[in-house]
Parts: sequence; C-alpha cells; structure tokens
Amino acid sequence: MLSLPLRAAILSVVLLLVTLGAWELANQAPTVAKEMTEYEKLTGGAGASQEAQLPTPSQIMAHAGKELRNPFYDKGPNDKGIGLQLLYSIGRVLLGYFFAAALAIPIGFVIGMSPLWQKALDPFIQVLKPISPLAWMPLALFVIKDSVASSVFVIFICSIWPMLINTAFGVATVRRDYINVARTLELGRVRTALTVIFPAAAPTILTGMRISIGISWLVIVAAEMLVGGTGVGYYVWNEWNNLNLLDSYDRRDRHAARSNAGAGAALGAVRGLDLMNIHRKGRKG
Amino acid sequence: MSDAFLKVENLSRRYPAPKGDEALTVFEQVNFTVQKGEFVCCIGHSGCGKSTILNILAGLDQASAGAVIMDGREVAGPSLDRGVIFQNHSLLPWKSALRNVTFAVAARWRGWSKQKVLEHSLRYLELVGLKGAEARKPAQLSGGMRQRVGIARAFAIQPKLLLMDEPFGALDALTRGTIQEELIQIWDKSGQTVFMITHDVDEAILLADKIVLMTNGPDARIAEIVEVTLPRPRDRTKIIHQPAYYAIRNHLVEFLVERSKTFRSQLPAGYDPKSPPLLRPGLDTTAVAEAVAAARIASRN
Repeated sequence: MLSLPLRAAILSVVLLLVTLGAWELANQAPTVAKEMTEYEKLTGGAGASQEAQLPTPSQIMAHAGKELRNPFYDKGPNDKGIGLQLLYSIGRVLLGYFFAAALAIPIGFVIGMSPLWQKALDPFIQVLKPISPLAWMPLALFVIKDSVASSVFVIFICSIWPMLINTAFGVATVRRDYINVARTLELGRVRTALTVIFPAAAPTILTGMRISIGISWLVIVAAEMLVGGTGVGYYVWNEWNNLNLLDSYDRRDRHAARSNAGAGAALGAVRGLDLMNIHRKGRKG
Repeated sequence: MSDAFLKVENLSRRYPAPKGDEALTVFEQVNFTVQKGEFVCCIGHSGCGKSTILNILAGLDQASAGAVIMDGREVAGPSLDRGVIFQNHSLLPWKSALRNVTFAVAARWRGWSKQKVLEHSLRYLELVGLKGAEARKPAQLSGGMRQRVGIARAFAIQPKLLLMDEPFGALDALTRGTIQEELIQIWDKSGQTVFMITHDVDEAILLADKIVLMTNGPDARIAEIVEVTLPRPRDRTKIIHQPAYYAIRNHLVEFLVERSKTFRSQLPAGYDPKSPPLLRPGLDTTAVAEAVAAARIASRN
C-alpha cells in the first residue's frame, strides 16, 4: 500500500489531468459550417461562427511558454514582460506590507499590554477596519496624488488590521505563569516584553502576518486594475481591455488574460507556503 | 519572636462582593513565623487559601489586611530574594532546559559573564539529575523532568526564601518519591529557608520541620502548627519505621478529616489566632505508643 501523501499526490494529478482534458475537449475550434456573409467579411470575420472561445489548456501552455521564455522584456508602457510586471507588484506589496508591520506590531503590543490603550483605541479600530481597501483609493489619490504611492498606501491600510488585532490578542493572552516568572525574576517592563511576551505571542503574531500578506496580494491586483501603469493587476486588466477594443487581435492576448490570472494565483500560493514554513519553523525553534 | 526571618502578621485576603453581598473572606488573621533555614509546610483542604498565602508571600498578590515582613523589610512585590516554584512548572516553552535556568541566573546576576552563567546553571541541572538533557525543550521532557528544571531554576538563583506551590502535585507517586529525596539533598546543602504548600501528608512529614495546619475555607485560619520531631537526615523508606512517624501522621490525618471542618465551631480553650498553638505529637508518648501498637496489629492481620 502506498503512503498517504503519495496517494494524495497521485489523486491530485489525476484530477488535474481530468479537468484539463475536459476543458481541452470542450473548447476545440469549431469547423466553419457555412460561408461567411459579405457583412461578416467586411467586419473582420467576427461572428457567430467564430465566437470568442475560452482558450484551451494546450493553447495556454504554448502562450505561457512564450511569455516565460522572456519575462523581462520592455517594449514600452503597454507591453512589458510578465516577469517585470510581477516585480512591480511584489515591490509595492512588500513596501506597503512592511510599513504596516512596522506600525501594527508595536501598536498591537501596546494595546495588548495596556487595557487603557486598548479601550481608548478600540473605537477607532472598529470604525476604520471594515472600510474596503479600494474605498480608500479615491482619498489616497486625492491626498497623495501619485498612483504608485496610493496603491502602496492602500496595501498599507488593508494589511495593518489583521496584524494589529492578532498582535494585540497574542500579547494580551500570554499565560499568566510566564508573566509571573518574569515578575519574580524582577525583569523590567521592557525586558519582560522583549524576552517573555514577544516570544510567547509570536505564533499569534505570525498568523496575523500570514493573513495580512494574503489580503495584500488580493488588494494589489485590484488596486492596480484601478490605477494601472505597471504591475500584474494592470497587466490582467489591460489584456482584458485589449480584447474588447480590438477584437482583430489574435488569440495570444486572450491567452494572456488567463495565464496572468493563473500566475497571480500561483504566486499567492507560493507566498502562502513560504510564510507557513516560517510559521512552522518558528513553532519548533 | 522578633528576630524571626519571616513574619506573617494578621494576614487576611478578601474578595469584594459581586452584587452588594458580603465580601468573600478566603482567610483571615493568619499569623506565623519562619526561622532562617527552616523548612515549613502548609497543609489544608482546597479553598483554604494556601496558594493565596504563597502568592502574597511571593509578592504576586496583595493582602487585604496584615503584613509580611522578611528579613526586617516589608514584602511589597515580587523579588529575586523570594524564588518561586510554581505548581505547573512554568518553564518558558521556547527555551531549552538550560536556557530556562540561564535566563533566571542572568537575571539574578546581571554582571556575570556568559561562561560563568553557563557553568552555574549546568551545575544545578546536574544536581537535579538532568545532565545530558539540558538542550531539550520542555515539550521534550517528561513531567518529572520539567519539575526538576523548575527546581534547578529556583535553587540556582539562591533566593533567601524559597516558595513552593504544590510542586509535586502533577507528578505520579513514584517520580514524586525520587524528586522528594533529591530535594532534601539539595536543601541540606544549600540551607535555604523554604515555605512549601502540599496536600500530601507523608510528603510534609518527610520534608518539613514545621507543618502549618489550616482550617477549611472560606474564613479559614491557622488552627495549629505541628512540629515534626523526627531526626534528620530523613530517609523515605526508613522514616516510616520510626515510632513517632505514625503518631504525627495520625494527628495530621485526623485534623484534615475531622477538625479542619469543625474547628471554628469548637475552638479549643485559649486559642489565640495571633499565636496558634505549637504541638508536638511525635513527643507525646501516649500518642506514639498507641500508634506503634496500632501499626503492629495492622501488620499482623
């Protein structure tokens, strides 16, 4: 009997092949059934017989191969390689995320350790937290006046909340015993916070960071669709728009829309796995 | 006595009432003293406030009334002079056994070099029999080993007063016996003053010089103090053959079963909470003879 992980892996591969196979078969190009009318010829042949189809997996792979072979090309503002777009997005996410972490974790600490500050800041947090990140966009654009800085700000404002709340919760629920140990050893407040409370709350803080990075990635794609310029979100949205504006473009661009969505999902998965591994190492270490 | 090392004077602990009812008094008018180098145990049923007294002695809790004076100074908060061994070991789980001890030692002697801290900690870990297990995290140690690390940590900082809150309560009987013996050996060498809470009568007789008996809570108080007159060094297996052992044990068990409940309604004549009576059942020849006779009959049947 094969081991459980191996059997699960085989099952995953089988499911993938079945899905791709079904997709492939369902999207074969239709054979032209009748002669095109004069009108259809004039308007470039788009019509019922040549409806836009979801590209098949084989077509996607072919296009993806072509894109990935040269991911960093730059032929102008509307035509950049996918690798370059990815780097732009990642850069913005990391910038906003680290600003958020730099603010959320210390403030979360203070909130967790001090009931006074917790009650004082709670109304602000409860009001600001549910505001949709994209709703911040117009305000950010108006005040900051720069589209890249605005998207970084939007990342910042949406990823700060999970980290803040989780840090506060983790710090507030450190076991009384550990605090008593620190008290009987006459450690000052600062040393207690750094050497006892912070390691004890670390798993919860890391959970908050994982949640935040996931949200950040979701938001950057949406934010870039709005403000554009560069980045994965812009890339996806741009290709979608190109589809509509110029339907004489070849299928290449339709494939691009799909494979970019796929790239975004894959990157998110990799990111999540990364943080999960840090999380696990943190628990054992 | 005015030159006692630790004096507890008229200690009370009350919790405010939730809805205008009477305040809950856990214990009140607790008075006792501990001489330097003495080993004192406190025994009582659950709810009599033993752990609360210990927390107040450690400075982790505030008394509602009364004072604790150690070495001439009032106890106002936690201090490195009063080491605590908690009921659940309270080891920091992200640090190894060795690091847990060095953490305490470095907090005690800030100016020591890393090497000195390390050697000191290793010595105490060896004393409790954990040589070779220093690098393990608490999750990789058994319950007995974790408690040993707690003991090593408390002894390593060499506090003036050592407070132990039912340290062996979570261990099985076999491990408990072994660690009790180790504790006696360490304590013999260090000459520390110890105040320990336990609910195990045999443990108290084995370890203590004096046993403080508390009545049942709420409104608990000290009923009496029993002096354990068995000679030291005490051996766990040999102590039970000494004639005075069962006299003392019977006295304690009889108190816990019967008198801890009825004490308040049947106060003995001349009882003064400011100085509870000091009894020596081990020297009471009648009690000893009766106990010996009862044991002989029991062993014959």
